[in-house]
Parts: sequence; structure tokens; C-alpha cells
Amino acid sequence: MNLWLILAVNSIALGGLLFLLASGFSLIFGLMRIPNLMHGSFFMLGAYLGVSFLRLGAGFWPAAILAGLALAGTGAVIERLLLRRLTGKPQAQVLLTLGMALIVADLCLMLWGGDPIEVQTPAGLTGVVPVFSVVFPTYRLVVVVIAVAIAVALWLMLERTRLGAMIRAGVDDPQMARVIGIRVSRLFSIVFSLGAGLAGLGGFIGGPILSVYPGLDQDMLPLALIIVILGGTGSLAGALVGSFVIGFLYNFGQALFPDLAYVILFVPLLAVLVIRPQGLLGKLAP
Amino acid sequence: MKPLAIAAGLAALAALPLWMPGGSYDVNIASQVMIWAVFALGLNVLVGYAGLVSLGQAGLFGFACYVAAWLVAAGTAQWIAAIAAIGFTLVLSAVFAVLALRGTGISFLMITLTLGEIVWGIAQRWVSLTGGDNGISVSTRPAPFGISLDTATPFFYATFAMFVVMLGLVWRFVHSPLGVALRGTRDQPRRMGALGYNVWLIRFLGFLVSGFAAAVAGLFFFYYNEFASPYVLSLTTSAEVVLMVIAGGAATLLGPIVGAALVLGMQDVVSSYVAHWNLMLGAIFVAIILFMPEGLVPGLARLARRPGAAPAAPRPGAFGRTPS
Repeated sequence: MNLWLILAVNSIALGGLLFLLASGFSLIFGLMRIPNLMHGSFFMLGAYLGVSFLRLGAGFWPAAILAGLALAGTGAVIERLLLRRLTGKPQAQVLLTLGMALIVADLCLMLWGGDPIEVQTPAGLTGVVPVFSVVFPTYRLVVVVIAVAIAVALWLMLERTRLGAMIRAGVDDPQMARVIGIRVSRLFSIVFSLGAGLAGLGGFIGGPILSVYPGLDQDMLPLALIIVILGGTGSLAGALVGSFVIGFLYNFGQALFPDLAYVILFVPLLAVLVIRPQGLLGKLAP
Repeated sequence: MKPLAIAAGLAALAALPLWMPGGSYDVNIASQVMIWAVFALGLNVLVGYAGLVSLGQAGLFGFACYVAAWLVAAGTAQWIAAIAAIGFTLVLSAVFAVLALRGTGISFLMITLTLGEIVWGIAQRWVSLTGGDNGISVSTRPAPFGISLDTATPFFYATFAMFVVMLGLVWRFVHSPLGVALRGTRDQPRRMGALGYNVWLIRFLGFLVSGFAAAVAGLFFFYYNEFASPYVLSLTTSAEVVLMVIAGGAATLLGPIVGAALVLGMQDVVSSYVAHWNLMLGAIFVAIILFMPEGLVPGLARLARRPGAAPAAPRPGAFGRTPS
């Protein structure tokens, strides 16, 4: 298999992981109107917690689900106890998430040490499967399948359920949603918790691909920001497209221009900011 | 502030190498506090007076650091390196400002954050230019007028001179018609526009003042450490300086100075006991945002006026709700 195909395969797998990160980030941004600067921390914390569940004897998939649930709980607690107290002060809320991100980063360093932790690919998924003429590593394929399944589930939830309709109403016009009796503050808890859970799940199932290390949070947060600015806030489809675009740019950039890989990621972002700021950022300008 | 109090404070600071008990160690800490205070004073022009929270300020601070380090390491004369560092950082500030001022409030915060991350990413990954994680190390401080700044006390006085000049400049700016107009754009941007002020231009100039202070502080930070590393560009550094501003009290001149002393003092004390400074930093951050959002200086002033009084209503736009 030639280099380009390997790169493309890796890009698709990374795109799937990024979607787990960015979909929650985008929903939180859309509804609560704040960039959650501890989203990378959720991703990293999920990965570390999953590693601990593995060490306690859990299987890979139970550990992944437990990590997701633990993070969903963490997210709900943070929203209820901290962010709720700052309702109506978006800048203070953002700075609070930044402070929490510093705390989580240092706690992880304290509890799990500074050495990168390799997560073993679950047994039975270490091989490759042929997809058309491409040989696809099984685990990466599974990651993409999970991401697509979650994308479909989120889409159905948003478009076809009562909760989804309420969330969409909250994204479009929170004041009007309140007026017609939707408890928007409860939606905040649900969405923040859901986003944290998805990020935590993504962090752990990304473990066999990215491994887990201090600084993972700082590597992932800018990616989530770029994806959401690119794709448009609160838009699930935007997050999906943005994730795969960034997945491809990241892998191909790193292969072609290793020194500038990080800069290349930001080029589409700057282009969007300069050419279409109103289209993608206009909605959140106060 | 009373001129007499300011003069007394500056005199006490100037005499600090004479009375500090810890000798050159404490003198060095005092130099660092002044460097960070200038950085924070500059950021306060944005956060406090323009109501714009920048999370990319470390990008400007660190950029000045890197330009100076790179030029000095390449053998350029110190004074040329200094001018180039400040000049290029002003250009970068203008670029940041043009991009970030497409929005206010949260979008401003996000764009500055992203721009800061770009600069950090370049320093971290473009190893052939920046040395990557190893940074750029030099082993000379400048010697203005033939005076070596290699020891703590001469360096302290050079930093002190810079501090006084920058404090004066920021004070002058804040009290100038332009500074007053900047506060106007914070509180009532639409009315300011209707009155014929160019709101965008006023904010742009405020950003440049802020970038200038970051550049000067970054240059002195480089002189102090004789080293530039990606850490100075990181989001943590941006967070630290934002914390200094809001911990001390945004939109006050004394606040950022108190905040810088507070944060560096804590860092010094905490680091000598435990290795987990970031944990403390985050915890202080969260505590200040939750319990004393107006900052230490206004908070203590309120307590001094009337013990137990309810917090004053937050100033519109300074730090919190952005007026439409």
C-alpha cells in the first residue's frame, strides 16, 4: 500500500476521533454561547480514566463506556456547581473553564505521571480488513464506524426527538425558548454533560492511535476550536465536515511539511475569518 | 491615586535592593514582578478599558522574546535586536488586531486565543527556525552606556526605569482623550459610533498600546532569562497574565501591578513546597472569578469603605455582560 493511501486512512480515523471531540464542543458553543476551554481536558481525562479502568481489570469497551459516563458526570457537576453561578457573564464562564483546564492538566500529571501511556489495541481488532482496494487497519475502521454511528445518533436526537427540538430552539433563540416554557438552564446541563461524555469517550478510544500523555489536552483544544470555527457553531454537519478536513490537513501536512504542519491547520481558519467572518462567527457576535 | 502615594510607592520600590532581606534572590523576584506588571498593565488596556478579553497576549509577549533571542543569537547588536523585537511585535499586534477586532466579546476572545496558539505552534514545531522545545538560549544581557546588567541590582534598576516609563505611558494613555474614548467604546459602542467616533480605530489603537507593552515586557523577560522557550507563548502564560489583571482589578492602574506581585509571589512560595503550580494557578483563577470578580484592589477598597457591604454592581462591559 502506498504512502498516500496510508495517510488517507489515518486521516479518516483521526477525523472520526476529532468529530467525537468537536461535536460536543460545537453543541456547547451553539447553546451556551461559550467556547469550553476545558474540552481538551475532558478528552485527556477520559483517556486517563479509561486507562485506570483497564488497569482495574475492565475490558476495553466497558472501560470506554465507563470513561464516557464518568466524564458526562464530571461535566454535569461542573455545569451545575460552577458555570451556573456565572449565568449571563460569558467571559467569566470562559475564564472559569480555562482555570479548570489548568487544574485538570496538573491533576492528571499528579495522578498518572508524566510518561506517555500506550493503550493496547483491543484483542481481535489488531489486524487489517480490505475495504475496496485499500487495506484498512481494523481498529481505525471501528473508530470511524463508532464516530459515524454517534453522528447519526446525535442527528436523530437533534432532529427527531422532543429534547432535540428543545435544544435547537435554545440554540436559535434562548430567550424565546424560555418564554414558551423550555427550561434552557436544564438543557445547558444536558448538553454540557453530553459534550463532556463524548469527549471522554473519544479520548479513550483514541488512546490506541494517539496514546495518552500530558499535553494531550493542549493539543486537542485548538483542533476543536478550528473545527468549530470552520464548520460553524452549533452545527453538527459543520463539525463533521470540519473534523475530516482537519483530520486530512493534519496528517498530510505532517507528512509533507513537518515543520509547518501546525501552521497549515490554521490557514483555512484564517481564510474563513477574513473572507466569511459573518457566516461562521456572525452568529456569536453579541 | 494621590501623587504623594505614588511617589512614596515608587521611592520604596527604588530603594528595594537596599532593604530586601533575601538579597539578590528577592531583587530578582522584584525585577520579574515589574516585567510582568508591565505586561499586565498593557493587557489591562484591553481587558479593563476596552472590555476586550485577549487570550492570545502571550503570543505577542513571546514573539518579542523570540525575535530578540533569535537576532542576538545570530550576532546582531543588542540595540538593533531590541528595536526589531518591539517593531516586529507591533506589526504582529496590528495583524492580531485586524483579525480579532472583527468581533467583540466571545469572538474576540476566541480569535485572540487561536492566534496565540498559532504563534505557539510555530515556535514549538518549526524546529529549524526556533529550536522547538529547546528554545533559543543566549548568554549576554545588554550593557547600556557600558553598565553591565549581569548582576541582580543593575538589572533591577534598568527594569525599574522601564517600569516607571511604561507606567507613565499607560497612565498618560488612559487619561488621554483617546483613553477616555476607549472606555466609551467599552460601555456604549453604539452611542460612540453615533457621536462620530471611529469605534474600530479606537479599539485598534488600544490594541497597539497593549501590544507595545507586551513587546517591551517580553524583551525584558528575555533579558532576564537570556532564553526564549515555547512556554512563554503558551496558553498558560496568557492565562497567567489575564489572571494578574482580573485578580488585581481590571480598569485600575494599581490592579495589574498588585496582581503581578500576587501571582509571582504565590508562584515563588508554592513552588518551593510543591511542584504543582498550575493546580494552584487554576484554583486561584476559579476562586477569583467566582468570589471576587471585581478583583483585589476594588474589592479591598470596597471592604475598607464599608465592611460587609454588598459587592458593587459590576461595571458594564468591563468584565462580564457586553452591552449591545
